[in-house]
Amino acid sequence: MHELGIVFHIIKQVKEVAKENDCSHISKVVMNIGEVSTIVPYYLEDCWKWAVEKEDMLKGCKLDIHIIDAVTHCDDCGCDYPTVQHAKICPECGSEHTWLLKGNEVEIKEIEVN
Amino acid sequence: MDEVRIIEIKKSVFDDNNADADKLRGELKEKGVFLLNLMSSPGSGKTSTLVRTINMVKDKLKVAVMEADIDSDVDAITIKEATGVESIQLHTGGMCHLDAEMTRQGLDNLPLSDIDLAILENVGNLVCPAEFDTGSCVNVMILSVPEGDDKPLKYPLMFSVCDLVLINKIDVLPYFDFDMEKCKENIHKRNPAAKVIPISAKTGEGIDQFAQWLQQQVAVWKA
Repeated sequence: MHELGIVFHIIKQVKEVAKENDCSHISKVVMNIGEVSTIVPYYLEDCWKWAVEKEDMLKGCKLDIHIIDAVTHCDDCGCDYPTVQHAKICPECGSEHTWLLKGNEVEIKEIEVN
Repeated sequence: MDEVRIIEIKKSVFDDNNADADKLRGELKEKGVFLLNLMSSPGSGKTSTLVRTINMVKDKLKVAVMEADIDSDVDAITIKEATGVESIQLHTGGMCHLDAEMTRQGLDNLPLSDIDLAILENVGNLVCPAEFDTGSCVNVMILSVPEGDDKPLKYPLMFSVCDLVLINKIDVLPYFDFDMEKCKENIHKRNPAAKVIPISAKTGEGIDQFAQWLQQQVAVWKA
């Protein structure tokens, strides 16, 4: 259930940005969530709906989640492969010298304000 | 009605916590206080390991403990009764981890000018505490024998953020299919720099090694 903690951090950051820009209300927050970021989008949305109703500045604010596919790179054969399917072992050459190229994002992309 | 506009942020959600944590670490360095963040799954022996360790170092270092739990104050009372050092309970209000701000609030309740080593016993959980930097100087985690030697593969982030892994309950090794060498190999696959010390909080085996490591770390931090 770390999604609730994540939601509190998102709310804190977007409120700061809105204040800096003299905005009174945030109507939408767009997030980039990596496939292997350990965030469950469904839980995040659930926590979001509960938490934004407690914030005047975010009442009714929508959460838009963009999923980023996870891709791992193999240092030995140079290929890129889907992480969720093959994890740490390269499906091309069997090497373990691999690292995550993308898919770990928990990023606030943009907000819509008025 | 005001016009709707889009503001691009493109920032990791963890950025502000990471900044808070760095700030807190800087303040602790100035005050000469070493903060240890201890993590593990529930029931791996965090509190009993702390009791043994604190009793071994409390003559040389001034120690205080912050016990973080979702509810109850049993751990804080255990530490106070078994070691005599200052011990406070933090409640996370249902949250599964502590972040830098919550850690700061806990530290505000300790007499920091009179402390060398502050220990944060994080919420028992191998997932979320690994994601939030608490502002600690080192991260230590406990993996106990009954949990199995495959845990570093299943919770890679936790093992990759730790400076030291204590493998606890080695007194029950004969009763479990736990391969110590394989476990070390699994840890080093995720984190080649991690130090590993096998211990038993029950018999005291290995605790002296941990205590020695800890005193060295504190000395370097305060230098």
